[in-house]
Amino acid sequence: MSVENGIGASVRRKEDQRFITGNGHYLDDMNRAGQAYGYFLRSPYAFAKIKNIDLSAAKSAPGVVDIFTGADMVADGIGGLICGWGITSKDGSPHKAPPHNSMAVDAVRHVGDQVAFVIAETLEQAKNAAELIEVGYEVLTPVTNIAKALAPGAPQIHEEAPGNLCYDWELGDKAAVDAAFANAAHVSKIDLVNNRLSPNPMEPRAALGEYDAGSGELTLHTTSQNPHVARLIMSAFLGIAPENKLRVVAPDVGGGFGSKIFVYAEETTTIWAARKINRPVKWTADRSEAFLTDAHGRDHVTHAELATDNDGKILAFRVSTKANMGAYLSTFASAVPTYLYGTLLSGQYKIPSIYCEVQAGFTNTTPVDAYRGAGRPEATYVVERMMDTAAKDLKMDPTEFRLKNFIQPDAYPYETPVIMTYDSGDYPLAMNLAKEMIDYNGFAARKAQSEANGKLRGIGVAAYIEACGIAPSAAVGSLGAGVGLWESAEVRFNPTGSVTVFTGSHSHGQGHETTFAQIIADKLGVPIDSVEVVHGDTSKVPFGMGTYGSRSLAVGGSAIVKAVDKIVEKSKKIAAHLMEASVEDIEHEHGVFSVAGTDKKLTMGEIAFAAYVPHNYPADLEPGMAENAFYDPLNFTFPAGTHIAEVEIDPATGVVDIVDWAAADDFGNVINPMIVEGQVHGGVAQGIGQALLEGVIYDEESGQLLTGSYMDYCMPRADDLPNFRVATTNTPCPSNPLGVKGCGEAGAIAGPAALMNAIVNAIGKDIDMPATPEKVWRAINSN
Amino acid sequence: MYSFDYERPSGVNEAASAIGEDDKFLAGGQTLIPTLKLRLAQPGKLVDLSGISELKGISVNGSELSVGAMTRHVDVADSADVKSAIPALAQLASHIGDAQVRNRGTIGGSISNNDPAADYPAALVGLGATVHTNKRSISAEDFFVDLFETALEDGELVTKVTFPIPEKAGYAKFPNPASRFALTGVFVAKTASGVRVAVTGAGPCVFRQTDMEAALSSNFSPDAVSGIKTEASGLNADIHASADYRANLITVMAARAVKAAS
Amino acid sequence: MTTVSMTVNGKKVSADVAPNTLLVQFIRDNLRLTGTHVGCDTSQCGACTVHVNGDSVKSCTMLAAQAEGADVTTIEGLAKNGELHPMQAAFKENHGLQCGFCTPGMIMSAVDLVKRNPNPSEETIRTELEGNICRCTGYHNIVKSVKAAAENMGG
Repeated sequence: MSVENGIGASVRRKEDQRFITGNGHYLDDMNRAGQAYGYFLRSPYAFAKIKNIDLSAAKSAPGVVDIFTGADMVADGIGGLICGWGITSKDGSPHKAPPHNSMAVDAVRHVGDQVAFVIAETLEQAKNAAELIEVGYEVLTPVTNIAKALAPGAPQIHEEAPGNLCYDWELGDKAAVDAAFANAAHVSKIDLVNNRLSPNPMEPRAALGEYDAGSGELTLHTTSQNPHVARLIMSAFLGIAPENKLRVVAPDVGGGFGSKIFVYAEETTTIWAARKINRPVKWTADRSEAFLTDAHGRDHVTHAELATDNDGKILAFRVSTKANMGAYLSTFASAVPTYLYGTLLSGQYKIPSIYCEVQAGFTNTTPVDAYRGAGRPEATYVVERMMDTAAKDLKMDPTEFRLKNFIQPDAYPYETPVIMTYDSGDYPLAMNLAKEMIDYNGFAARKAQSEANGKLRGIGVAAYIEACGIAPSAAVGSLGAGVGLWESAEVRFNPTGSVTVFTGSHSHGQGHETTFAQIIADKLGVPIDSVEVVHGDTSKVPFGMGTYGSRSLAVGGSAIVKAVDKIVEKSKKIAAHLMEASVEDIEHEHGVFSVAGTDKKLTMGEIAFAAYVPHNYPADLEPGMAENAFYDPLNFTFPAGTHIAEVEIDPATGVVDIVDWAAADDFGNVINPMIVEGQVHGGVAQGIGQALLEGVIYDEESGQLLTGSYMDYCMPRADDLPNFRVATTNTPCPSNPLGVKGCGEAGAIAGPAALMNAIVNAIGKDIDMPATPEKVWRAINSN
Repeated sequence: MYSFDYERPSGVNEAASAIGEDDKFLAGGQTLIPTLKLRLAQPGKLVDLSGISELKGISVNGSELSVGAMTRHVDVADSADVKSAIPALAQLASHIGDAQVRNRGTIGGSISNNDPAADYPAALVGLGATVHTNKRSISAEDFFVDLFETALEDGELVTKVTFPIPEKAGYAKFPNPASRFALTGVFVAKTASGVRVAVTGAGPCVFRQTDMEAALSSNFSPDAVSGIKTEASGLNADIHASADYRANLITVMAARAVKAAS
Repeated sequence: MTTVSMTVNGKKVSADVAPNTLLVQFIRDNLRLTGTHVGCDTSQCGACTVHVNGDSVKSCTMLAAQAEGADVTTIEGLAKNGELHPMQAAFKENHGLQCGFCTPGMIMSAVDLVKRNPNPSEETIRTELEGNICRCTGYHNIVKSVKAAAENMGG
């Protein structure tokens, strides 16, 4: 029996109706009576001491309600922003997390650092007043480049972090790797830069803070991927208000890609200020502020070496990376270049020994944290560029080299030398499928045709793996995470049979309102339109960890399944009572409860109604039909697959045209194929953006951000991108009840490596991302 | 935006007398309004020219095409007159900014701003156009003075641009990947008075590439320019492209413009 | 203050606004039509796209005063009598949106695109959507949506 709109159906999204008619409720769409507007005065310098701040002229400007500085927050006992993941250096010392006040107290450390918060009756008045604030700066020499920041003699950004070093971390068996290299027939080497990116969800961050003087309750509406975590941190670490007096709501959120995970200075200041002035305060970032303050992604410099034998078998892998943390340590920044990176360096390959060391440091730049993929794109980029380099050195076809070294389908569970246990997969299957999709074997003929037209043609492969469904708590806790990473759900039947699902996950484009409803429709036979998914409000949903790391379905969806199981269990008891049978004889399928061997049956709706109208109920049956569950999985999930990009390059200009793209991904079971395909498209687009178009650039002398608007930061547009061929393979995930692995990050992880391998293949030379026309043209024309 | 006054006159003379020293004319606003939003300008008053009907419209008079200052890019791009008289000009206009910008932006506003990466300056200089103001007529080459600087005096207002209709013309643009302005654009025209090659985006101001003009005069074909290099010194260099790369683009785009000429 | 009057989604509206009021501010703050979004400050993302006298424009790059007497349509005015515009329906059917923030502007641009190009090729769609940025979809399904809508609109 199959169910309409159940698991596996490409159900059109329930949330779309409000979005396509302009009836979404994004944060800046909200206003409150008596609302004032907040505006941040920001540092124009990358690094300076603050000698004094004179607010007198500004405070008497028209419309000004009040102006606050960092000193006011400190005086109020508000703590600094925190990093929630502790990393331990090689020498056993904890990472350096220097103070990070929401507004600067004695120094500013990047352009855009908060200096004062001006609140006025209108935004224009707040901006006018901000221009009247006089700040005495002692300008210092900044450093923006991570290699320079870690070099001797660099400007010292925090006294708590000598030499600007945050940590010097290692993973793997160095002695075993050294020994393997000493005896290797071949050693291939590569140097890589993983360019800094700005996440750029289309909705800028915003906050609306409210204070109820009667109840003492604070309500913060904010653009968050995880409102409960925001509340926890603001309450426990910053001391904004106790959790029971602080409500955090994330309404419709216009994209996140990681950047809305973090607890930022602006949202914190806004809610604090609302209580100070006892009025609602709204702050909305403009795009310029987003470029200056949304946590950036990537920014690694890496040297890697691969040892191989004469048969093309990999012996050992050695990776050394410098990671830029920016001016302060953002919420999960420390984990990104370590446990989300080093642990994935085995890729899809059987590599006997791996050693990785990462030095993370501070610079006078915007903080860097998780951005779509977070650490795993960086790992895949290193592994997959390395594989192509080695294949070239060994004069092997890059797919043959990979196939020869893949972990085989019968090898699971497979323990890597970098502390991951892969649970399932079939890497050759996905690679062969991708090759077939793009007609890999026909490439030579297409290349010849391009050459006849004066063009260069290249093909590039990336066989990626990611650890997703970020959890389980025990594992992440042992690696330094300050929080557990389980998820919550409540499934609540209303008396007339409709269902409200409360989830700790948060949707900001992923389509949870549809996918989660499909689970209910499938398991309990409730029409999908009768299922409402509620998320994003700490006063409505149980504590949950939010959405990132492709975890919502694998962890949040599994929590829903657990709650559904409890609903079924209870329903069986009610059905048994109503149909005068024993519980053991009740059978359940898609919301229909029947007595085995009879034609007696009741639907879920009938049982739910009976649960709320418990006339003639035995004493041991509890009325009502609502169950909650918390789910903590046994392992990460391991989506993997192969993407192949094909490019044609105009040697006269260096312009890269992506002529084809094939993606074969193993996401385990799929609930809604349409949504999954959309996630792959979006991920690949961001991967292509990184490889071809995007890059945050600072002026190294002044520390000014040179890519501070869409005039200079190149966002992928429709005509930059190709159509994508997308297919999935499926080895169900054994670690969760849905058998799902997560799909949100795959494209961003596979994309850059596939595309750069294609470009390098076309031009025959290594170049770094982004492969701008000029860089490609220069490489083609260099000797 | 800082506050300002706003006026919308219905005639050129009225507009000219409305404008004061700290004031600005508002044409399509596609550059001015973003500038105001970023608080990079603080005019006392904006004098909106959109109510002046005499500034709008396209006409062909014998050997000359006339485009009113307040004619939008979309109107130039879609005009049957422009397409038949100077197809390259229609094609150029159809690639300025994006669809929404073309629905608001005007030729008068664009050339008065003289953004070094704008497209229209290449067409005006390439075709040897004349800029007409409420006070005088100025040859395009004299009109575009330097980076964001024109021959316009305070209170002087572009009323129309007249283009001599060439034998053939072509435009090729290499857009800045981020802003989509011209990283380098080359307009090539074969006219009664000789071949003209105008380059935008590559330097601080539109300029003529005379070596290419000479070469094309004897042989109007892509091959004639494909070996001609432009000296990189003096060309723009920024995070998007070096001067060397722009110099290369001049050669490549010139050849493509010649090939596209019709 | 200056008085502006215009027709928005078929309804005559009038208000006294400061001359530096943008059309998008007038639409969002005065009329409370919040489907029109602001995603950048340099006139590039297109989230604020509306129709003024039938043409797509960026309402963040136009003063309310410049729309005096104009006929303005926002995303809220696209559906007629409770029935989705074919472009809206196509975006839903083809999964042409994810977070939904760019969507109103994207749909308004797409409607204008099909008006100008009744039977657009994929390349035309991609080129003509240059003024709208989407960070979620990779545009694949947006292009598909516009193509499907154009067919349904009788192109």
